[in-house]
Amino acid sequence: MATAAAQQTAGAQAHGAGDGTAGPAAYERAFDAAVAADERIEPRDWMPDAYRATLVRQIAQHAHSEIIGMQPEANWITRAPSLRRKAILMAKVQDEAGHGLYLYSAAETLGTGRDELLDKLHTGRQKYSSIFNYPTLTWADVGAIGWLVDGAAITNQVPLCRCSYGPYARAMVRICKEESFHQRQGYELLLALSRGTPQQHAMAQDAVDRWWWPSLMMFGPPDDESAHSAQSMAWKIKRHSNDELRQRFVDICVPQAESLGLTLPDADLRWNEQRGHHDFGPIDWSEFWAVLKGNGLCNEQRITQRRQAHDEGAWVREAAAAYAAKHTAPAPHPQETGAALA
Amino acid sequence: MTNTDWPLWEVFVRSRRGLSHTHAGSLHAPDAELALRNARDLYTRRGEGVSIWVVPSSAITASSPDEKDPFFEPAADKPYRHPTFYEIPEGVKHL
Amino acid sequence: MTVAVATTAALALGDDALVLSHRLGEWAGHAPVLEEEVALANIALDLLGQARVLLSMAGDEDELAYLREERAFRNLQLVEQPNGDFAHTVVRQLYFSTYQHLLHARLATGDGPFAPLAAKAVKEVAYHRDHAEQWTLRLGDGTDASHERMQRACEALWRFTGEMFRPVEGLDVDARALETVWLESVTGVLSRATLTVPEGPRSGAWTAGAGRQGVHTEPFGRMLAEMQHLHRSHPGASW
Repeated sequence: MATAAAQQTAGAQAHGAGDGTAGPAAYERAFDAAVAADERIEPRDWMPDAYRATLVRQIAQHAHSEIIGMQPEANWITRAPSLRRKAILMAKVQDEAGHGLYLYSAAETLGTGRDELLDKLHTGRQKYSSIFNYPTLTWADVGAIGWLVDGAAITNQVPLCRCSYGPYARAMVRICKEESFHQRQGYELLLALSRGTPQQHAMAQDAVDRWWWPSLMMFGPPDDESAHSAQSMAWKIKRHSNDELRQRFVDICVPQAESLGLTLPDADLRWNEQRGHHDFGPIDWSEFWAVLKGNGLCNEQRITQRRQAHDEGAWVREAAAAYAAKHTAPAPHPQETGAALA
Repeated sequence: MTNTDWPLWEVFVRSRRGLSHTHAGSLHAPDAELALRNARDLYTRRGEGVSIWVVPSSAITASSPDEKDPFFEPAADKPYRHPTFYEIPEGVKHL
Repeated sequence: MTVAVATTAALALGDDALVLSHRLGEWAGHAPVLEEEVALANIALDLLGQARVLLSMAGDEDELAYLREERAFRNLQLVEQPNGDFAHTVVRQLYFSTYQHLLHARLATGDGPFAPLAAKAVKEVAYHRDHAEQWTLRLGDGTDASHERMQRACEALWRFTGEMFRPVEGLDVDARALETVWLESVTGVLSRATLTVPEGPRSGAWTAGAGRQGVHTEPFGRMLAEMQHLHRSHPGASW
């Protein structure tokens, strides 16, 4: 899709390559210097192709995760057990749609349209976070997702607010601000269950037992096996390693679980005085890779629903476009309206 | 490409009276009226705004990063445009 | 006005808002375009907020929402109709939000028990009505396919619109006058959208009893079963 940003970006690149006074090497030096100085890269700046591709891949995957992530929680909107919880859950799922939109916008500044990204999602050429291929079996899962899955996501995302690419960093600032309620509502939900009837307590414990390990996997493979980590760190797209963030998350969760009155399903979990961190048991990476490769319980279901919503909405999008073509006067020349923007 | 691709709009929000509109982000909409409504739903659902502008992204003319030096550097060496350039004896007030 | 009379009206309006909010909530993850996910959720949340205030005027909001049987619900049959395709949802919104907007505008200017709620709700509902009108225009006057879907939805839901204008005990509004303005407004929007105003009856034998009297359509029972099952499975629990 030829958005303005895409055209402008393409223009800037062509200009850079063909310009006698500032050759590609000079552009690359300027880019490296900006990254080194912790300045932000903005859409129309020259950037290495691989940097652009990495960002598109990462932002798209992040956006896809937001909109696929709506499904496991929306699964409980119609069954939420109180009107207060129902309102909270609807607002949260709505936020996820909103966050998807912020992120698709950020990706579009790199010259890749949303339609193209959605198409890649629908045809399996781009991924979303594997965590959403686990099912939400009980109401307590809504709480476990809020506490653990959103908790892990926030741990991952807070450093992204300082990511070197401006539009991504700005989207993340907005998202992190809005998501602060997501984790808290999950924790509060679990607390109510944990302190509720024995059945409710058991429901909460069961959910935490099922979501704990997949949450730890959300930080990605161990540092020595992570395909993209080193380059992303150098470009300051990523600020901390997978293992660092995972450790931070475990350390945060242990006391929170105690306050909840729930246990974490790891016999090896204990405080290590020497390291100043909690030790934890080995993660079953074969499960991670299996789910990632499409063999999770819900992979098929999630993408089918997503595709179906998109396909069934086609006539609506077509109709609105047709109406606009019939009724919209041609856009005024920019100069006629541009002054208002001062 | 099909004609179902809705164009991209840039959204500017005035967060409260007395402040100017600032760029909030972008979105897709088939026309200006829906763009305005989508912007309201997406960018002001926590009470972030009192006024919204939507502008077709294609209508924005932007300065090029290549022209950064001729555009912006000449302004850097004119410190006499800033009040801190001038020395005023101590004790002089309201200046 | 007695307390019981106010309760009847609070249940009627509260159940309308609750049930429609629930139906709109079913769209989450299924909307035709992402921007519309956000828009539909906004409307659903406004309605749920209204429902909570209204039901709380009549008793405990959760007891009323989760522990009443189908026959005790007082909502219009219109709002319980399944979402159908997006055209059905838009037409349901058009019919209902036009009514709700006119109703709350009148309640807001009075000094009855619903005036404070109506003063807030009227602004929310004005937006819902605008949203429905915008989409009615685009789908009615969009493509042949969208026009056809909209026309079908207009016809299918028309039969549920007469019920809105039956007097409700405790609601101090002139239902007939409301109906006149409603018809004028909806007719205008449908015409601008190049849609034909349905000719079928808007009330009749098949509305015997009707939603306000606790007689509902078949899909409503299943909707309630889903909505209530978790709450009912844990008697006395708090959430």
